[in-house]
Amino acid sequence: MKDPKDTRVVIGMSGGVDSSVAALLLKEQGYDVVGIFMKNWDDTDENGVCTATEDFEDVIRVCNQLDIPYYAVNFEKQYWEKVFSYFLDEYKAGRTPNPDVMCNKEIKFKAFMDHAISLGADYLATGHYAQVRENNGQFEMLRGKDNNKDQTYFLNQLSQDVLARVMFPLGHLEKKKVREIAKEHDLATATKKDSTGICFIGERNFKEFLSEYLPAQPGEMQTLDGEVKGKHDGLMYYTLGQRQGLGIGGAGEPWFVVGKNLKENILYVGQGFHHDALYSDALIASQINWISGGIPTEKMECTAKFRYRQEDSPVTVQSLDDDKVKVIFHEVQRAITPGQAVVFYDGAVCLGGATIDEVIKNGQALTYVG
Amino acid sequence: MKAIYLDHAATTPIDPKVMDSMLPVYQDVFGNPSSVHQFGRKARRILDEARRTIAKSIRANEKEIIFTSSGTEADNLALLGTARANRDKGNHIITTVLEHHATLHAAEQLEKEGFRVTYLYPDKAGIIRIEELEEALTEDTTLVSVMTVNNETGMIQPIEKIGRLLENHQAYFHTDAVQAYGVMDVNTATLKVDMLTVSGHKINGPKGIGFLYAKEGTSMQTLHYGGEQERKRRPGTENVPGVKGLQTAVQVMLEEREPRMEAYHRYKKLFLETLEEEQVEFTINGEQGSMVPTIVNLSFPGMNVETMLTNFDLAGVAASSGSACTAGSVEPSHVLSAMYGKEDARTINSIRFSFGMANNDENVREAAQKISKVIKRLHEL
Repeated sequence: MKDPKDTRVVIGMSGGVDSSVAALLLKEQGYDVVGIFMKNWDDTDENGVCTATEDFEDVIRVCNQLDIPYYAVNFEKQYWEKVFSYFLDEYKAGRTPNPDVMCNKEIKFKAFMDHAISLGADYLATGHYAQVRENNGQFEMLRGKDNNKDQTYFLNQLSQDVLARVMFPLGHLEKKKVREIAKEHDLATATKKDSTGICFIGERNFKEFLSEYLPAQPGEMQTLDGEVKGKHDGLMYYTLGQRQGLGIGGAGEPWFVVGKNLKENILYVGQGFHHDALYSDALIASQINWISGGIPTEKMECTAKFRYRQEDSPVTVQSLDDDKVKVIFHEVQRAITPGQAVVFYDGAVCLGGATIDEVIKNGQALTYVG
Repeated sequence: MKAIYLDHAATTPIDPKVMDSMLPVYQDVFGNPSSVHQFGRKARRILDEARRTIAKSIRANEKEIIFTSSGTEADNLALLGTARANRDKGNHIITTVLEHHATLHAAEQLEKEGFRVTYLYPDKAGIIRIEELEEALTEDTTLVSVMTVNNETGMIQPIEKIGRLLENHQAYFHTDAVQAYGVMDVNTATLKVDMLTVSGHKINGPKGIGFLYAKEGTSMQTLHYGGEQERKRRPGTENVPGVKGLQTAVQVMLEEREPRMEAYHRYKKLFLETLEEEQVEFTINGEQGSMVPTIVNLSFPGMNVETMLTNFDLAGVAASSGSACTAGSVEPSHVLSAMYGKEDARTINSIRFSFGMANNDENVREAAQKISKVIKRLHEL
């Protein structure tokens, strides 16, 4: 390995505290650090200020504190083509997409990786909470030490080629510690609020945002038995297991979304958090990525997450072909949602992940979930 | 690694003589030029002397020089000030798509205020077509603003011809000479302009100072309200050390312009020759015949601005793209778009190199070699 000072690390900086501290740690380790701000979305707030400009200002201030060069790169076109189009297509198909997984796969660790390489980078770094471990030229991705912040769920599509060139300087830290380091060094972003939600939507109303791009088709809300319970504003605004915004009153337990009928534009609702229709015992997922590069030939026992920040559940995974897997749950699961990622783990090691396509109960695909 | 500066059109290093002349002003002359006492008079004398030098340099009268904080302010004052003050004479102004944002955004503001603005387009060489101006002129036109030299391409505009065309028209004629003054003879006698903008930091002077020449009798509204400085056209206590620095920069420029331009011309030639020797593929945007020696704008087919500029900087060569880069939005250059059309690849693969005091034969050649290395490496990826 080259001396740190001869090792160029290009770090993606968002203007947030995580990537600021990641840059600081790399600088302290003596690397030739280059900060890059990625602009993926063109957005202007109500005062006519481009939100990206404010974030870039923070990147500039932090980089000047660290005395590292900073630049910006524009991936709006790639983001639109690879992430946002996918995002809209999935909603059109009645599914609930995960743009963060796609952004990592196509933008941060592909387009941005290519850009970093064009700048002579030996490594690409980000402020993600995840860890990379090398064993004889084989790379593993481990969960971030801070279990509450672990971001491997979103990084499940990374490959060996990418991991060989990636650094996650925050992987071994607790978020609390990251804030402390930022404060100790008086970084310009030390007290900046963490961003929430999907990056291109930001703090805005999700429904309003989506309606700008997809025509909403209001329809009926029914129970699975066909009893009409009201009107919905458009299937894309609802996700499985959702309680808010249904507006069904009356006696008894609260109502939840339990399914969608895209063809007839019906939103299925059911009473009670534990409504039976929300439960399933297996799923089929496609676009499987095994981080090791190999495909398990036999049934494999491991754990899985079906959404971010969920406890792991034990599962059995069976490869159907080199793109598809069947995942059998050891215990029934609530509100498994097509379009979301299923991500596999062996202890601390993230094995890979796939996109949920079908949800199964008692050997039957549930036709009403997407 | 010593970084090489090829971005003199953005700003220039300060001439040591300029700094030497400013230091005693900072040290000894703190008086307010408007004060009636001797401290004030001492400061006022500096302003008077500088105004004389500067007026002489463009063959103008001292009373016609308005010190401003920048070229931007001077452009703003010229456009907003005269358009607003002469609204009774007409509601139409003419400028060009080639202008600096100091002019363009002021023109946009005037549109918001209800003025009609015509934007002239250049030909493929980047020169404004005078016939278009003739067609655009109406009885309603009160102001024409055309820059002397374009900051992105270095293309010289037909200011003399426009001046003659407007001689018998009511419209005031303003030129932004920020990139021209210091490079060529700019004077009000041959250019026949009513207003002219100059900035200090583009001519090896200090930042924070510039001036607007406004021909005697030019009717303009002020943008600032306060005291009676600059004949009420620019209230605010004068930047006395800055004015002194600007004066020295003008003096040095007048004395050394010819040998300097010879040298800069040689640098440009050497730069282009080295790129050719290195067999780098490039084309020149604009026409060499009507270009100032200090600027050259090159298109590198297959490249993109962001990747090139970042790589050049990491390799120790400072240049820029004409396009505005803010927070990662590299807008295609508005100047090259106007010349070649919005879809032309040259609008997103062109870099401006500009030569000046920070250069010598060696570092210009070295920069060209470094650039060649980067371009070749990028082609191989």
